[in-house]
Amino acid sequence: MKAAIARGLRAFGRFWWEFLVGDTPELFIATLCVVGVAFALASLHVLPVIVVPGVAVVAVIWSAARGRTSSNP
Amino acid sequence: MTRSDWVLVLAVFGASAVEMVEALTIVLAAGTSRGWRSALEGAAAAVGVLALLVLVVGVPLIKYVPIDALRVVVGALLLSLGLNWLRKAWLRASGHKALHDEDKIYAETVAELATEGPVRPQRDAVGFAVAFKGVFLEGTEVVLIVISLGASQGRLGLASLAALSAAVVVFGVGAVVARQLSTVPENLIKLTVGVMLSSFGLFWIGEGAGIHWPGADLFLLVLVGVFAGLSAIVIPWLRRSAPTPAGVLG
Repeated sequence: MKAAIARGLRAFGRFWWEFLVGDTPELFIATLCVVGVAFALASLHVLPVIVVPGVAVVAVIWSAARGRTSSNP
Repeated sequence: MTRSDWVLVLAVFGASAVEMVEALTIVLAAGTSRGWRSALEGAAAAVGVLALLVLVVGVPLIKYVPIDALRVVVGALLLSLGLNWLRKAWLRASGHKALHDEDKIYAETVAELATEGPVRPQRDAVGFAVAFKGVFLEGTEVVLIVISLGASQGRLGLASLAALSAAVVVFGVGAVVARQLSTVPENLIKLTVGVMLSSFGLFWIGEGAGIHWPGADLFLLVLVGVFAGLSAIVIPWLRRSAPTPAGVLG
């Protein structure tokens, strides 16, 4: 019984790890940064509207460039 | 329906369509090699379990979790998923990553099933299990998107309906075109959904954190425009260093 629960928990953890982190940990970290920046700048007016999407944009471009480099021999 | 409802429907429909094309490939392979009855029963059982998941997880989320906290968590989940889909679609469209090949998956699944022993005439457990697993695994991502988008906007029913419609359309078209699934512009749909999920994710994180987006809900369309415009710039840029001359969007 205990072993079955442990196996289930491991599978559940593995699913979420693969789902959220997988082979692009940089995008997961970027998402956490976006959340952090959003809370940090929420009280300001214009800055968060530019910076919050900006963090996501820079992260996805960097991640794609990283994917490109690694697929080139 | 409001503007953001339409964006929600489009995002869920697109995501569900992409995943269901992949699931249908496996169901077709199971149906042709192990019998249609077991394959269709397996697929239907998986859809039932997925619907139950939406009810069991989604409804309590809407009822008991404070809306701002829910929006931040859901936004983060959508952003993470959206940026991943966007990245993958960019790399596929620019020739850095192979396009998803349904014909290859179909052939591999059929070959694999051929080694599973004789087909049982009434109910074939192997056919049932393969179809169930295919639909359930591909559908899990759709369930997460349905719950996330539906819960954060309080439109779980609408999101579920959009996902179900996509499944019906894909399986309906699939029944007609059978093995021509490789002609579905899967990467284009993936790119569109990636743009939408990333936009929704950013929007909800901002809303939950207390950012006042200019134009309120209308800012969602600005974010969609930003990611779509970015894709139009980044794909040709990535294409310049592609290892293969490929690089199609479909």
